[in-house]
Amino acid sequence: MTRTAAPAPTGTDDPALDVEGLCVDLSTPLGTVRAVDGVSFSVRRGRTLALLGESGCGKSMTALSVVGLLDPAARVTGGAVRVRGSDTLRLSPAERRKLAGPVLSIVFQDALTALNPVQPVGRQIGEAFRIHRGLSRREAREKAIELMTRVGIPEPRERARSYPHQFSGGMRQRLLIAMAVALDPDVLIADEPTTALDVTVQAQIMRLLRDIQNERDMALVLITHDLAVVAQRADDVVIMYAGTVVEKGPVRDVFSAPRHPYTQGLLDSVPEHAVRGRPLPAVPGSPPELSAVPPGCAFQDRCPLVRERCVRERPVLRPAGEGRTTACHFAEELTHA
Amino acid sequence: MFPFLRKRIVSSAIPLVFVVLGVFFLARLTGNPVDLYLPLSATPEQRAEFSADQGFDLSIPAQLWNYLVDAAHLDFGTSLRTGESAGGMVLDAFPVTLQLAGVTMLLAVTGAVLVGSLAAYRPNSLVDRVASLLSMTAASIPDFWFAIMGVLVFGVGLGLLPTSGTLGGPEIWILPVATLLIRPFGVLVQVVRGSMVTALSAPYVKIARSKGAAPRRVIFGHALRNAVTPVLTVAGDLTVGLVNGAVIVETIFGWPGIGKLMIDSILQRDFAVLQAAVLLTAVTIFALNILVDVCHALTDPRVRQAVPA
Repeated sequence: MTRTAAPAPTGTDDPALDVEGLCVDLSTPLGTVRAVDGVSFSVRRGRTLALLGESGCGKSMTALSVVGLLDPAARVTGGAVRVRGSDTLRLSPAERRKLAGPVLSIVFQDALTALNPVQPVGRQIGEAFRIHRGLSRREAREKAIELMTRVGIPEPRERARSYPHQFSGGMRQRLLIAMAVALDPDVLIADEPTTALDVTVQAQIMRLLRDIQNERDMALVLITHDLAVVAQRADDVVIMYAGTVVEKGPVRDVFSAPRHPYTQGLLDSVPEHAVRGRPLPAVPGSPPELSAVPPGCAFQDRCPLVRERCVRERPVLRPAGEGRTTACHFAEELTHA
Repeated sequence: MFPFLRKRIVSSAIPLVFVVLGVFFLARLTGNPVDLYLPLSATPEQRAEFSADQGFDLSIPAQLWNYLVDAAHLDFGTSLRTGESAGGMVLDAFPVTLQLAGVTMLLAVTGAVLVGSLAAYRPNSLVDRVASLLSMTAASIPDFWFAIMGVLVFGVGLGLLPTSGTLGGPEIWILPVATLLIRPFGVLVQVVRGSMVTALSAPYVKIARSKGAAPRRVIFGHALRNAVTPVLTVAGDLTVGLVNGAVIVETIFGWPGIGKLMIDSILQRDFAVLQAAVLLTAVTIFALNILVDVCHALTDPRVRQAVPA
C-alpha cells in the first residue's frame, strides 16, 4: 500500500508543508511547560507523513500550531511553518485566514463535536466557498451537495438540510472530510480521523481519505497512535516522544529496522509479535510529565539501553542512514529481531 | 413545531389552574372579605348589603363557581376605589409595564450579547476584565438606590431629565429604563460570557476557524447560537422579574404600570383589582416560559426533535 515512488507533483520537489524547529509553550497552573520542542518535518504533495506517538506527546499540538488553531493557553515560541513560500507564523491573522481552507486544512477525530450542532450540514460544508470564493448561499449549497456526493453520503440533496446529530459516526466523519477538502487544500492534516469509529468504518474512512488524496494530489499529515494505520498508509513517519522528535524516516525502513529504542518498544508491543501465553510486551513506565522532563534524554527512565551519557547529555537528531534521523546516542546498537 | 407547542401549553395549563384557585383561597384566608373591604365604621346593614352584593353570603363552593365563571369571562369584579371594572384597570396598566420591560430587555440582551461575546473572545484580556468588573458591579447595585441617585443627579442636580411621569418626549424613558436595565444587563453579561467561553472553545469553532472564518463570523455565525440556551433561560427569568416587580421603578417614577397598580391595590385593600393583577401576571409568566421554550426549539434542532410528534 505504501507508494514509495510517488510521482513528483506539478513539476516541483518543494515541500507543500515545511515545519522547522517548531516550539510550543503551554501555560499551566504550575507554570509554563514546553509541549513541543524543536519539531521539524516536511511533506510533499501526493505524499503521506505520519506523526506517531502516545497521547500527550505533542503530536496534536504540533498539528494545531500548523493550522493556527492552538488554544489561548498555548503559544508558538519558535520555529517556522512554511507553505507556498511564506512562513505562516509570521503572517497577520487576516493573511493567515486566506490560507485556511485553500492551502491548509484539518480533519478532527470527534466528528460529533467538530460539526456545529445547530447548523444544517450543507451550510457548514458550503461555508468555505462563501468565505473564500464569495459564492451565494445557493451556489455554496450546490457545491456542498457535490462534495457530499463525493464522500458517499446517500441522498445528499435531502441530507444537506439535516443536522449533525441526525447522522451516524461514520457519516459525520465523511462530512468533516468533505468540509476539509472543499477548497482543494495543498495540505490536509488528519488528527486521529478514525479513532472514534468502528473498525469496519475506520477502513472505509481511510480508503476515502486515500482516494481523495490521490484525486487532488494533496499532502497528507496523518496524526495517529495506530501503528497499523501508519504501516499501511504513510510514506514517511515522524515518531514523537515528550514533545520532541525521536526518530524520522521512510516508514518501511523505520519499521523494519528502528533506530530508536522507543520505536523499537512500540513495534514490539504490536500483538502480532506476541507469543501465545505470555503477557503482551509493552514499553515499561509512562512518559515524563512535561513539567519534569529530566535533563539528558527524555526517554532515559524507560530505555533498555540507558547508560550514564543518556542522563548527562540530551541527544539531538542526527543522520542515521538514507533519509533517516534519530535522537539516540546508541542507535547503532539496535538490531530489530 | 406544533406538537411541541401544544405539549408546552398543556403542561403550563395545569399549574395555571392552581394559580387561579390559589388566588381565590388566599384572598379568603386573609379573613372575612367583608371586614377587609369595608371600613370599621360600616353599619351591619351596610355589611349585609355589601355581602349580598358581592356574593359573600353564598357557600364557598358556590362562590368558587361564580369566581371561575366570571374569571372565564375575564370579569374580576369592580374596583372599590374607582368603581371601574378590575379587569379593565389591569389591562390598562399592563401595556405600560410591558413596554418598560420590553424596551429594557431588548437593550439588556443586545448589550449583554455584544459585551459578553467580546469579553469571551479573549478570556482574561483587558476587555474581559473591564467587562467582568462592570457587569459584577451592575448586577450588585440595588435598583432603588440607583433610581434615587439618578433622580438626585440628573433630575434635581443637573435638571437634565424629568424625575417622574409619562408625559413628554423620549427623555422620560431614560431614568426608568436605566434603573430597570442595570441588573439584568450585569447578570446577562456574565451568563453570555460564560456560555460563550464554552462555545468558543468547542471543536466546531476550531473547524470554523480552519475554514478561514473571520472572528465576527466565528462569534455570531457559529458560537452564539450554541451559547444562547442559558442566555434565553436567564433572560426569560429576568423578564418575569420585570413584569412582576417593576414596583419600585413604577412607584419612584410614577409610571402607571401593573406594579404600581398592585401596590396601590394592596395599600387600599382593593382586592378585586389585586386578584386580577396577580392572575394576569401569572398568565404572562406562563406565556413567557412558553416563549422561552419556543426560542430554545427555534435555536436548537435537537430540542425540536426531542419531542415525539
